[in-house]
Amino acid sequence: MIQPPTQTAVAAAFPALVWSEFRGGTRAVVPRDELYKTLEFLRDRHHFDLLVDITCVDYLNYRGATDRFGLVYLLAATETNERLTVRTFVNEPDLVVPSAVPLWKGADWMEREVWDMFGIQFEGHPDLRRILMPEEFTAFPLRKDYPLQGRGERHNFPVLTREEG
Amino acid sequence: MPVTAAKTIEQLAQAEARDYLWTLNFGPQHPATHTTLRLVLMLDGERVVDAIPDIGYLHSGFEKIGEHLNYNQYVTVTDRMNYISPLANNIAWHGAVEKLLGLELTPRCKYLRTILAELARISDHLLCNGAVGLDTGAFTYFLYAFYQREVLYDIFETLCGARFTNSYTRVGGVMYDATPLVIEKIRAFVKSFPKTLDDMDRLLNRNRIFVDRTKGVGILTKAEALSRSATGPIARASGVTRDLRKDEPYLAYEDFDFQVCCSPVGDCFARYLVRMAEMRESLRIVAQAIENLPSGPVNVLVDERTTLPSKQDVYSTIEGTISHFELVMANRGFTVPHDECYGAIEAPNGELGFYLAGDGTDVAYRARCRPPSYIHFALFPHLIRGHTLSDVVAVLGSLNIIAAELDR
Repeated sequence: MIQPPTQTAVAAAFPALVWSEFRGGTRAVVPRDELYKTLEFLRDRHHFDLLVDITCVDYLNYRGATDRFGLVYLLAATETNERLTVRTFVNEPDLVVPSAVPLWKGADWMEREVWDMFGIQFEGHPDLRRILMPEEFTAFPLRKDYPLQGRGERHNFPVLTREEG
Repeated sequence: MPVTAAKTIEQLAQAEARDYLWTLNFGPQHPATHTTLRLVLMLDGERVVDAIPDIGYLHSGFEKIGEHLNYNQYVTVTDRMNYISPLANNIAWHGAVEKLLGLELTPRCKYLRTILAELARISDHLLCNGAVGLDTGAFTYFLYAFYQREVLYDIFETLCGARFTNSYTRVGGVMYDATPLVIEKIRAFVKSFPKTLDDMDRLLNRNRIFVDRTKGVGILTKAEALSRSATGPIARASGVTRDLRKDEPYLAYEDFDFQVCCSPVGDCFARYLVRMAEMRESLRIVAQAIENLPSGPVNVLVDERTTLPSKQDVYSTIEGTISHFELVMANRGFTVPHDECYGAIEAPNGELGFYLAGDGTDVAYRARCRPPSYIHFALFPHLIRGHTLSDVVAVLGSLNIIAAELDR
């Protein structure tokens, strides 16, 4: 839920935003080049001080989708209780978006998880490593072209004996 | 190794300058981590210079599974996220699903879910505070807390047959309605619990050892709490007055009189006190809800075609028969909008939300969970820097990290 004056102000500053409403939630689709500026504007001018979550959706088999990946930034304003979902789309092979860590320190692990699961790179992230999957893992498991059963990684783990350890 | 490799000459020189530091592996199997997580601690004597969390030991792909189980089946997986308060996860999951579907619950279901969410909160806070007590040497306190958790488990068992993994909610309702016996047990709990809470307060609130170990340890300022996305009791202990139960009232929270418990201090002791105070407020909500529990059906009506109708309806009405058939047949099920939404509740640990993308079928296209433990564990290195090794357990306990939710 976002208050109309806030929406008008943000829409005036960033005319490229595409707005939509669903079940009482307001969403804005922003072009990737304006993502960082929009987030910065929302944080500094409109008190969106809490980054609730960063996540990603892989639209590979999604009916009506034109882009491959949709990044979702869930923002909240703790003073005014507003919420806003900012979305942006990226396509292969150029899976790079600016990192939000300079704006919110909490973005650190969220972005690492998105990198780990979807392979989206966050430019300017201080430490973009895998977080949940092992370091040597090669695939991005939450992509839709990755099978539920895996590709046999579990069966090919190197076995380490006590002597070698 | 999770420690980042040195990349530049400066970093190498820095590493050499820090050569005298000890590296200590804390976990993944350690009694004070309570579950499976690992910390690499850099120690200067007894002082922690840096901490590097290494997680993923319990990663089991819950979000991937969510794309292959239907909205009712997935509730069993949410049980296993924060297994300390599974009912809160169930309610969060189906709250988000019902938001996506645009379903309005019946008043009885709203009240029942509110009661259960608050009982789950009490059970979670009892464990968290009990474990903080245990880790800092207050074993008796832990036993007091766990005795009451047993009473709660008994209520949950009477309610749905499972003590631990309840899987109690369904899309548009719950598994069974609460029987008079459950109501009676909850009433007895509301009556008896304040006495234990008083005892627990008296045991620790002014206990010299406990206060010395937690006061001034792991301070999180308000600005840092906001910047690092902290929610729930951890943010409230740092002065962020955000509680979804008040700010975005869901279920039946609008009807009850309760307070949001905050503290401006932000240390481990404040987090402990906020949790203690929240248990009292939760109990107030339960007491009000149980006395005003509306009668009527607990599940949404047959026309919605989301919950299984009662057997009486199936056998005696044509709508019931059709609805049962539609839901049970493998190629049917209910239809979901081709859209995305985010639904969150104030879980015991913080904001627990699900970002759902529906694609028209009864299986989610994407089921993202916003796990509070994951977000809060990222705070840990910031909180522990400069404190001693023995403070690690106090800070870790006060963050209430549940590794199953952390890794999912």
